[in-house]
Amino acid sequence: MVAIDIENAAKSYAGKRVLDGVSMHINKGEFVAILGPSGCGKTTLLRLLAGFEKLDDGSIALGGAEVSNRQFTLPPEKRNVGIVFQNYALWPHMSVGDNVGYALKIAGVGTAERKRKSLDALDAVGMRDLSDRAPADLSGGQRQRVALARCLAANPSVMLLDEPLANLDVHLRASMEKEFLAFHKRTGATMLYITHDQSEAMALADRIAVMDRGRLVQFARPHELYREPRDEMVARFIGNGLILPASSIAAASQPGQAVAEVFGTPHRVRASLSGRAGAQLSVHPNDLTLAKGDGEGFSATVERVVYRGSHNQVDFHPDAMPELSLTLHAPLDRRIAPGHAISVRIDDGWVIPAAA
Amino acid sequence: MTDLATPLLRERRHLPAFSISAKGLILAGLAAFVAVLSLAPLLRLALTGVAPDGFVDLQRLSDLLLKQRVFTATLNSLYVAVASTILALIVGVLAAVLTVYTNMHAKTAWVFGFVLPLMIPPQVTALAWVQAFSPTSPVLGLFGLALPQGARHPLFSSSGIVLLLGLYNAPLVFLTVRAALRRLPANLVEAARSAGAGGWRVFFTVLLPLARAGIFAGAALSFVSAIGNFGIQAMLGIPARFPTLITLIYQQLNSYGPDALADMASLALMLSLITVAGIGFSSWLGRRTDARVEGLGGAIQIDLGRWRLPVEVAAWVFLATTLILPLSALVTTSLVTGFGQELSLATLTLANYSNALLHHASIREAFLTSLGLTTVAVVVLMVVALFLGYFLSWQRSVEVRLIHMAAELSYALPGIVLGVAMILFFLKPLPVLGFSIYGTVWIILAAYLSNFLALALRPVLGGFAQIDRSLEEASQVAGAGFLQRMRDIIVPLVAPAAFASGIIVFMSALNEIQVSILLVSSSARTIGPMIVFLEEGGSSTLAAAVGCLMIVIVLALMLMASCLSSRLPKGALPWQN
Ligand SMILES: Nc1ncnc2c1ncn2[C@@H]1O[C@H](COP(=O)(O)OP(=O)(O)OP(=O)(O)O)[C@@H](O)[C@H]1O
Ligand SMILES: [Mg+2]
Repeated sequence: MVAIDIENAAKSYAGKRVLDGVSMHINKGEFVAILGPSGCGKTTLLRLLAGFEKLDDGSIALGGAEVSNRQFTLPPEKRNVGIVFQNYALWPHMSVGDNVGYALKIAGVGTAERKRKSLDALDAVGMRDLSDRAPADLSGGQRQRVALARCLAANPSVMLLDEPLANLDVHLRASMEKEFLAFHKRTGATMLYITHDQSEAMALADRIAVMDRGRLVQFARPHELYREPRDEMVARFIGNGLILPASSIAAASQPGQAVAEVFGTPHRVRASLSGRAGAQLSVHPNDLTLAKGDGEGFSATVERVVYRGSHNQVDFHPDAMPELSLTLHAPLDRRIAPGHAISVRIDDGWVIPAAA
Repeated sequence: MTDLATPLLRERRHLPAFSISAKGLILAGLAAFVAVLSLAPLLRLALTGVAPDGFVDLQRLSDLLLKQRVFTATLNSLYVAVASTILALIVGVLAAVLTVYTNMHAKTAWVFGFVLPLMIPPQVTALAWVQAFSPTSPVLGLFGLALPQGARHPLFSSSGIVLLLGLYNAPLVFLTVRAALRRLPANLVEAARSAGAGGWRVFFTVLLPLARAGIFAGAALSFVSAIGNFGIQAMLGIPARFPTLITLIYQQLNSYGPDALADMASLALMLSLITVAGIGFSSWLGRRTDARVEGLGGAIQIDLGRWRLPVEVAAWVFLATTLILPLSALVTTSLVTGFGQELSLATLTLANYSNALLHHASIREAFLTSLGLTTVAVVVLMVVALFLGYFLSWQRSVEVRLIHMAAELSYALPGIVLGVAMILFFLKPLPVLGFSIYGTVWIILAAYLSNFLALALRPVLGGFAQIDRSLEEASQVAGAGFLQRMRDIIVPLVAPAAFASGIIVFMSALNEIQVSILLVSSSARTIGPMIVFLEEGGSSTLAAAVGCLMIVIVLALMLMASCLSSRLPKGALPWQN
């Protein structure tokens, strides 16, 4: 069943297009991450879903019922969505328990039942004992949990989370990530999670929607984004992706594969189409290895070697294109230094379909 | 957990459907409030002032404005406003520099004493000064410093008016300049020092230019306040036969009644134009340079060194002469039966107080009327300011801005102008009700609501600025409609600021004289003008007692607000350092 249905959503502020023809279908119970650089329109999309902003064009439906279109915007208080705000937005004049139970109070749920349900929600985030505290007396991580519980207690049809971990320190982030996953498993809620941190999105989401300058570029499962990015922006954004120029793409014997010529040497890569003269090849540092002998891979020169504990990070440039800076991971026992001539093999790559 | 996952809250879909229109209705109500109480009366004034008979009669206007008396009064008004503003600037800037930058002792106490006169009704201040410096002064007499008997009173003169207006408005300048100076970071001074500039050089070439916007903003406030200050201009100007525009309006209206309204409207319009021109001129002066600064470095500290003691002595002597001396004269006078009587155990009496509170029916009623009017105005304005503050902070639209501008205008214009506008607009019987509120307390209430809305709004806007909009949005997604959000989330969070605004409006409305002076009648009197009437009628000791009572009320209110200060936005209470 579809939980969120966004058709061709468009929004401008003062004549400036902030969202442009965004369409997205999200299933019930899915955990979707919205990923993109700062200013690409993520928060705007979330505020449109919540009903704080009006659509210029297109439509939005929640659980099959249309809530926004060009003429009509159902106000937020009638939408039954939940939001976890980036700054948590806990009401400072209410106790933790009252914060969590507020939506139930508005809905007219009786005191005893309200209390039980808010305690249940607090239980789900491990905060049952702090129900009587004031939000001001909580740590950052605890506030985050209360915000989550408040959202949960209202039993919304979808939960919207706007960079919920952005204000936490690195260690807390890692443990909260784990909690979000457990939480999602337990409740089965439909969650829309905004972030500009690609590793967070990869770790959490069932599917990721990558946005760029107001457009939805690709909406796919994490491994698909990593292995088969649709365009250069996605390729660079996910997993420290690198872009190599391929001068020709020829069909290979197996379907879905091709032979790409990169810096004068042929490499077997994955592709959805073949027979093109020029294309861009998406690779990751892991896909590049130091070749043993000459004649295998393209020749390059080492710029810098950085010790990374488990491996050396080697920054280099291909001799055929010195202005292009690339990176690979070399085993620690390979002795290399800046200035060395090396040859580099491409183990895996993907021909970007949208490339020019 | 299973329990939570089951859908349960479908009821939310049929919450009261009027929640959207509740917002619209309230906005419409706000617009109507301001339209009826501010815009319409002021438009009516402008219309009557320029074209009383439906067409623009330039001949009548020039005849009126060039009349010897009117011309002199206009010049006099300009003179006292400009001269007193210069005095207020000098005193206010000095005080600000002293309390912000130097290591003077006991700044908090001094600031309290310096700002206190602002909270005292100007007519009471004038009365206190008149009594302190009269030939029969109860206080100067003790030191043998009183003027010889029969000498002309030194304050009944244009210089007296300028002096009192200047001192009265110096705290206004002080407050704005202090805010500007506090924003200047220390590294600017350090940079100037390292460039080789000495102390005075730094002050005149770096600090003053950067504080310029604040100084001219203070000048504008002082000018507006001075030109519309009825209390001081009437108490000193009428005995001195030194007419200004507002005393002229007052006296003419008193002698000719509503027949003179068309002429009064023209004079009031003239006064408004001068006021607006004054505001415009000083904001133009203040805007010419770019004084935006980066907020780096700590506060600037100037070590007074061996000048510390002399400066401190001078500062406290200033307070003693401008505050303690007049006030003690007022208190002394209020404790004897006849003005000029020496205060001793034999002459000490509380008769004036018992007269004022119990026996003198008109005073007692004026007190009660003022308290009632002020309370109603405060309650209404707090509610209006809360809603208007919401729209201004979070849902600004053209209509909302217009409402705000109209409110600011009726606050900035001299109270007496608003008085004339109210008479013009409310003289005729009300459309549906069929009677006129002119001469009743209702017209005074209408004037209070119109005049003090902008004042009530300021702390509330500060309160809204302190809370994050997402707090409201969070309650909105929880399903709360506009009025529910207002009740559950916004009002509790803005309450301290709204309370502060209530207290400030209460003090201002209780103290005011210029708004109601034209509106009072034998059946509806407020306490502010009472002092002028008593003094005019020769009951100096009774007037002094009433003045002392008003000061006591003011002090009690200040104390009440101070207890709340830790929960208020910074700068909401002007008298705190
Ligand atoms: N109320 C507004 N008025 C005008 N412009 C706005 C408004 N809100 C957002 N914008 C603009 O719309 C664009 C998208 O903003 P949005 O907040 O959606 O970005 P974002 O993807 O959430 O970025 P971030 O990761 O920095 O939070 C930005 O260029 C922003 O400046
Ligand atoms: Mg954002």
